[in-house]
Amino acid sequence: MNGNNNHQAEEAPIVLEARGITKQFPGVLANDRIDLVLRRGEILALLGENGAGKSTLMNILYGLYHPDAGEIWIKGEKVTLHSPGDAISRGIGMVHQHFQLVPVMTVAENVILGEEVTKAGGYIDKRDANRRVRELSELYGLEIDPTIEVDDLPVGLQQRVEIIKALYRQADILILDEPTAVLTPQESNELFRIMHDLTEKGVSIIFITHKLKEVLAVSDRITVLRGGRSVGAALPSESTEASLAELMVGRKVILQVDKDDARPAEKVLEIKDLEVLDDRKHRVVKGLNLEVHAGEILGVAGVQGNGQREFVEALTGLRPIVSGKIFIAGEETTDATPREITELEVAHIPEDREKHGLVMPYSIADNMVLNRYYRPPFSRYSILDREEIAENSARLVEKFDVRTPSIYTHAGNLSGGNKQKVIVAREFSRPVKLLIANQPTRGIDVGSIEFIHNQIVAQRDAGVAVLLVSAELDEVLSLADRVAVMFDGQIVKTLPIEEATREYVGLLMAGSEA
Amino acid sequence: MTKATATEPVENRTTATLRRIWRGISVPLVAVLLGLLIGALLLIASGSNPIDAYRALIKGAFGSPVAIQRTLEKATPLIFSGLAVAFAFKAGLFNIGAQGQLLVGAVVAAYVGFSIEGLPAIIHAPLALLAGGLAGALYGYIPGALKTYTGAHEVIVTIMLNYVAINLTDYLADGPWKDPSPTNIVARTPKIFPSASLPLVGNVPSGFILALIAALVVWWLLYRTTLGYEIRTVGLNSSAAQYAGIRVARMIILTMMISGFLAGLGGSVETLGINGRFQPGFNTGLGFDGITVALLGKTNPFGVIPAAILLGAMRAGSSQMQFSAGVASEITDVITAFILFFVAADVIVKKLIRQRGVDDEQVKLSTGWSSH
Repeated sequence: MNGNNNHQAEEAPIVLEARGITKQFPGVLANDRIDLVLRRGEILALLGENGAGKSTLMNILYGLYHPDAGEIWIKGEKVTLHSPGDAISRGIGMVHQHFQLVPVMTVAENVILGEEVTKAGGYIDKRDANRRVRELSELYGLEIDPTIEVDDLPVGLQQRVEIIKALYRQADILILDEPTAVLTPQESNELFRIMHDLTEKGVSIIFITHKLKEVLAVSDRITVLRGGRSVGAALPSESTEASLAELMVGRKVILQVDKDDARPAEKVLEIKDLEVLDDRKHRVVKGLNLEVHAGEILGVAGVQGNGQREFVEALTGLRPIVSGKIFIAGEETTDATPREITELEVAHIPEDREKHGLVMPYSIADNMVLNRYYRPPFSRYSILDREEIAENSARLVEKFDVRTPSIYTHAGNLSGGNKQKVIVAREFSRPVKLLIANQPTRGIDVGSIEFIHNQIVAQRDAGVAVLLVSAELDEVLSLADRVAVMFDGQIVKTLPIEEATREYVGLLMAGSEA
Repeated sequence: MTKATATEPVENRTTATLRRIWRGISVPLVAVLLGLLIGALLLIASGSNPIDAYRALIKGAFGSPVAIQRTLEKATPLIFSGLAVAFAFKAGLFNIGAQGQLLVGAVVAAYVGFSIEGLPAIIHAPLALLAGGLAGALYGYIPGALKTYTGAHEVIVTIMLNYVAINLTDYLADGPWKDPSPTNIVARTPKIFPSASLPLVGNVPSGFILALIAALVVWWLLYRTTLGYEIRTVGLNSSAAQYAGIRVARMIILTMMISGFLAGLGGSVETLGINGRFQPGFNTGLGFDGITVALLGKTNPFGVIPAAILLGAMRAGSSQMQFSAGVASEITDVITAFILFFVAADVIVKKLIRQRGVDDEQVKLSTGWSSH
């Protein structure tokens, strides 16, 4: 399929071209003379680590930023984009990583928002809107019910609404910003199918990502950005994950985690018949049993939404427990508060780093003591020791390779990978017996993933019991010593890593008893 | 804006602090100038000479030691109520109830001031102050507790409690605590004993000095203690606060109590330093102006001081302006309103001075009804 598309793409006319795009931000050259060519009906993957300048470039193409230098040509015409409105009117549509949808409105209402069709008297013609959305979804194979409220849709379908929104505005150049970051593997595959269908209808797509597998699977051509520059173009047929990773990071990257066999010791975490409710008061953890030993990594594999989030929140004291018992290092923590659990030398890398893990408007220094500020040396008699906090932060920034201009930089100004490093640094900078890591590398760059994986393995080797929860099967399989498969609120099977083949675990994840 | 590279010059703490201060004061400064500018246009439109009017305003506010004293007297309760509102903001709470807490503080301070005789001043005045502060704290406890235990939004509850406070203090001043002297026919408490009154230090009201100390203490509490760290964490990200082991509910109650304490102190100072008794109607608006002051001061404890002095100066100078320039004193209220407008709609000002990016610990006026 790729080969065929490639051939067509070479012949196809150029729909979008950027020449020498340069954009300077205070202290950072975000884009440095970037060239980019997009042909009709092709999928161009824009690959790069976080902070490589992908988002800046796309925001320029979408009219959100103005380049300091360079030209943009759309369908043979040199253009200046003053606003997203300009970009939209020239057929550019963008699907942001964070969706711009109104949750309480229906699919059709969201799609027509801002471009409403009205009947006499100024009423919105809902029937016409539904009909148009239905037409679009049939034309492009984007199956969806226009009358359903967006709030009730899973993430994958919400993304579909975003795509329909762009198509409704007659976009024939689609920019997808990290579209798979929020999707399950199944949803990602569905998205790729849609992307191919769209290109066959003449839509051209820029696909922004840092996931190598996806690039190889779906794109026709690849442009790699690094440090604000375009460092290379590649064809998927001539590339491997390793070669792309090297281009992207600028050095050889070891994709396989290098680790020795585990030497499991005493039991550190024990969970018996755990039951937990979700926010809607539905039982989502249904009698879960699990044990984790010192010196091993237990990986919990499972499709997202099978109770993992609620499970980890209950474990860390953030969510009440309906029934069952939890023991950490021999102490019962069933009803313990987050602080009591932390005091038992438990480190927690939360699933949502921006919601739970960091305070965005705080400096790195303040974030580095988020759950230790109340203890010496960071405070004495309830008075903070600013110097200790600063020194601690400077030391950790250095040790954990957090890329930042200063320890007083706000956490919110860091890239995803560096945010995660701040959390990892904080959690690993005190004695740890049990590490609970939920999606520790979601949405971050290869370099940071590599770094964090190595840190987790180092913790294990130091005798820490590690509970790794991840929706990325590859991550579980490459890190774990034992694999527990979670399905529908229960651990359906626990396997030694040797027996955990992709196929078998995949079947278990899908709920098949196999 | 995430492209921080290692080659960038490492920014040291001092320049970072200076930059933050400039970011903090630039908008209010420009807002004040714009407010005065619009005020001048209004004056011209109404046939007055704005230069004369503003000259009279400044003379009335700062032109003589007595004028300065009046300005500081007007500013003092505003610093307290401004601190109260700003403090609650730090925990993400919108304390509209500073007015009520201030009233309760004012009446309780008066009670302690007139009911206990024979105490030395060194004990009596602080006791009355403290009593007023604690009354405010208790009054602040109510919305805090209601929010924590029932989810009732503090904005609604504090607005209601303001009315309760108005009627409660009216009742006390017209009933059990009414001035019993035969000549008195209005609702007011007896005069406090001299031992409870706050003296002048030279031309500076001692209440003003207390207000400055309060600002310093509030700053220290917020930025140098674990309690302040906890409060700010709750305000900026309550989920992260929970993750960090901070008891969010406890922080909300505590914050409202401290905020109420500050407002109560403001009422006490007004009673003990200016009015010498509690009389309904004398403290009207002081708590509400605290919201203006807090916003103009960007919810920074030190920013509150110049903001309060500005408002105090406009109050103190407006009668001089009316007298010598023949301008209605209400023009100062209009100017204040415009200043507040530009602070709240800071996007306009930022565009004007080309300031970009996000503030740290920004005040969210659009705090959702379902937060916490």
